[in-house]
Amino acid sequence: MTAPVTAASVALDGGVLAAEDVVHGPDAAFVPSRGFWGHVGHRLVRDPVAMGAGAVILLVVIIAVLSPWITPMDPYKGSMLRRLKHVGDATYWLGSDELGRDMISRLMLGSRLSLFIGVTPVLIAFVIGSCIGILAGYVGGWTNTILMRTIDVFFAFPSVLLAIALSGALGAGIFNSIVSLTCVFVPQIARVAESVTTGIRKRDYIDAAKLSGASALTIMRVQVLGNVVGPIFVYATSLISVSMILASGLSFLGLGVRPPEPEWGLMLNTLRTAIYVNPVVAALPGLCIFIVSIAFNLFSDGLRAAMEIRQ
Amino acid sequence: MSVIPDAPDPFARDRGGPAQPLLSVSGLIKHFPVRKAGGKKQVVRAVDGVDFEVLKGETLGIVGESGCGKSTTAKLLMGLIERDSGTMLYDGQAIGEHAMPWRAYRRQVQMVFQDSYASLNPRMTVEQSIAFGPKVNGVPNRQAVERARALLARVGLEPKRFAGRYPHEISGGQRQRVNIARSLALEPRLVLLDEAVSALDKSVEAQVLNLLLDLKAEFGLTYIFISHDLNVVRFISDRVMVMYLGRVSEIGPSDTVLDAPAHPYTEALLASMPSLDPDNRTEAALLQGDPPNPIDPPSGCRFHPRCTLAESVCGETEPPLDTVGPLHRVACLARQPGSGHTAAPARALAA
Amino acid sequence: MLLYILKRLVYVTPVAFGVSVVCFLLVHLAPGDPLSAVLPADATQATIDEMRAAYGFDKPLPVQYLIWLWHVLHGDLGVSIATGRPVLSEVSRAVVNSLILASVATVIGFTFGTLFGFVAGYHRNSVADRAASALSVFGVSVPHYWLGMVLVIVFSATLGWLPPTGAGPDGSGNWRPDFDHLRYLILPAVTMSVIPTGIIARTVRALVADILAQDFVEALRAKGMDEFGVFKHVVRNAAPTALAIMGLQLGYLLGGSILVETVFAWPGTGFLLNAAIFQRDLPLLQGSILVLAMFFVVLNLLVDVMQTALDPRIERA
Repeated sequence: MTAPVTAASVALDGGVLAAEDVVHGPDAAFVPSRGFWGHVGHRLVRDPVAMGAGAVILLVVIIAVLSPWITPMDPYKGSMLRRLKHVGDATYWLGSDELGRDMISRLMLGSRLSLFIGVTPVLIAFVIGSCIGILAGYVGGWTNTILMRTIDVFFAFPSVLLAIALSGALGAGIFNSIVSLTCVFVPQIARVAESVTTGIRKRDYIDAAKLSGASALTIMRVQVLGNVVGPIFVYATSLISVSMILASGLSFLGLGVRPPEPEWGLMLNTLRTAIYVNPVVAALPGLCIFIVSIAFNLFSDGLRAAMEIRQ
Repeated sequence: MSVIPDAPDPFARDRGGPAQPLLSVSGLIKHFPVRKAGGKKQVVRAVDGVDFEVLKGETLGIVGESGCGKSTTAKLLMGLIERDSGTMLYDGQAIGEHAMPWRAYRRQVQMVFQDSYASLNPRMTVEQSIAFGPKVNGVPNRQAVERARALLARVGLEPKRFAGRYPHEISGGQRQRVNIARSLALEPRLVLLDEAVSALDKSVEAQVLNLLLDLKAEFGLTYIFISHDLNVVRFISDRVMVMYLGRVSEIGPSDTVLDAPAHPYTEALLASMPSLDPDNRTEAALLQGDPPNPIDPPSGCRFHPRCTLAESVCGETEPPLDTVGPLHRVACLARQPGSGHTAAPARALAA
Repeated sequence: MLLYILKRLVYVTPVAFGVSVVCFLLVHLAPGDPLSAVLPADATQATIDEMRAAYGFDKPLPVQYLIWLWHVLHGDLGVSIATGRPVLSEVSRAVVNSLILASVATVIGFTFGTLFGFVAGYHRNSVADRAASALSVFGVSVPHYWLGMVLVIVFSATLGWLPPTGAGPDGSGNWRPDFDHLRYLILPAVTMSVIPTGIIARTVRALVADILAQDFVEALRAKGMDEFGVFKHVVRNAAPTALAIMGLQLGYLLGGSILVETVFAWPGTGFLLNAAIFQRDLPLLQGSILVLAMFFVVLNLLVDVMQTALDPRIERA
């Protein structure tokens, strides 16, 4: 009844050496390998949109850093006689605001605070959220259930509402606005970190690492971290744009930066009264927020695409 | 002559002598709880009372259809999942207890996984992956890397060319060689190969099998070789264990089990294999349907609903694993004297 | 199906409980005495203590929470410190106005989003596709409060076609469905619709492209079905997800309307929140946020149930 067992013997006796499998040839020289991030960088550089967006971000960062020394005029000094000058004015290249302060100088200096209050919450949330998410994902079980159910509660609030609720309760100020935005982003990043880590934890190489006798901490540090940080980071960069809009939005409502400090959202608010007199100048701070926000979005999209390496 | 610098002689670590099994497993049970619609709690009887021994220096093949408990058995043996009950002795010492804690056991037993890609960290070079084990066990970085390179060379991958590569930059066969090298980096005595060649092309598979045989001889290894491919198992194994629905149905020397199977299930498995001999094609599939649901296995002999020899007694009595020949044991009432099955050999004959 | 709804309810209950805790704690997060806004600066300690006892602030936090929860469950959200009116009536009036605005914005967003999404999904890498993806990037990147200002600048300040602020010609807080009131709705609704348009366009594009690449579409065409027939199949397959996204967007818009409502002085919840924050009217703040968050939780539940009912592939167990 039993069929003769010959398939294996054919395959084995055949002994056809697959050329691709083992290579010992004259060309067997050392081939330097780029590694994962090398590949990502290589692909990112070839993406013109992402590079353009990156250039815009870089430019804004440079302006933000150097602004105290390079503004053409004093951003705080106003003049009642020269209020709301139009764009293209001989002295005020981008016009002047409702108190006669030079717009271009204020926009340049404003980039500092706008970037700071927009990026900082995401950075802090990246650190805290990653820790929570990786812990929940790697430990699993009850720790995971408790942490993730708590996070679900924060997902029950639309992010704008949560930011404004926290800011409103804490009161106005830069510090409070950063705190409330951080609270908005921690749950979002933690959830992504948890799902990425849970996915990695089930991989065979984690089992293999356990079999080598490594401690949980070593496995987390050496085997898990390198694989989860990338995806979490990409997700975090996609939040910067939202964070910039929300942070400036809080200032726009009067909940963030306080006058006379220049910040784009706040400037937009104080110039609202001027829309009938000088609409172009009134819209400028918002345009700045828009440009930086879109640059962060495009750069993040490019980064995500560059990281989608077929493996 | 070992390629691994400062590798200990595997035989020097022996405790119980050649007659003592390297690994002996008895009453191994693992049930997974599942929740079905309606919230009723049930269990999948993935491994449901498995006994076997692995002799020193042999290769024990484990075969069976998917879902029969092969992989769960592998994970239980490695301690990747916790067993519900049962004892496991390594060279006479109880694993997971004071005499042989898991950490010490894992230095002697390693595993090669089926998915060559998923079992390598995509962010680590081949060399880093192999050196990881020795490093966490206190081998200085330099020596760990040296050992990794020596092992790469031993499994047929030139270190100069491959050490710095990432998993996605090499072929499936090359990756499986890396996995084998990694499993050897801690100088184990027992290597568990879970479908380790199943995903490879036939020609590559043959090379890797030959490599495994060479390594076994060179390092004095013992293998547990899990596969669904009977041809491959026949080629590499000294003994074969056939599993069905979480239990052992037959175990014995490869030649006996695969040429003269005593269990109808083994017979059916062999018959269902494609044959290259046109004169000997299987006319009718002996194995019909899918294996029953392990949540609710059939009563008595678990194979009886699909068995050609099934009688009413098979649905009532669970057959014990009974000796039918030298080293050959079968769990089938039709082979057991006095079982009540009409095909059972007479008691006097067996005595 | 009923079982599924029950299971979702069981899952939602702890979330709703958590939301109520967060809303309750908001007041206690606030620096300073929550009564400082109503008390005169020269209030004596006796007056302060009396007021604290009256508002129940003298009891331990968990007790305060339980008392508060008890009242909330009976529809009592407290009394606004600033106006002295019940919070619930203030909030419900504002919610109606916000809901009108958010619904219209969602409908606009859904219409244009699906339109762009379908065109882009059917003609991948075409000009329409590029335009759709540019639009979706624009939608999520633009500060909507600024977009509102720009629209006011263009259509009110410069062209004078539409009113810049308010909900109606009489300045009242009640919107009515007539032509005069409709004119007031256009600018804020269009402003708010930009985000859902972009998100729905992006989602629908991916859905359509994904569905068209599936084997069954090939089979339908091979069977001789015309393009309109295929289109109907695509719509049927894309609908559950697209509708679910739309439902969630409605929730986001309702909760996130504060900035746009401030720009247009629209008498909705955003406007109410703004007032509550700057008058430090904590009961009002707490009540509005609780109502909005609960609305979002319920909406999520409805979307989930609806999606499950529409999509046979989702396991109901």
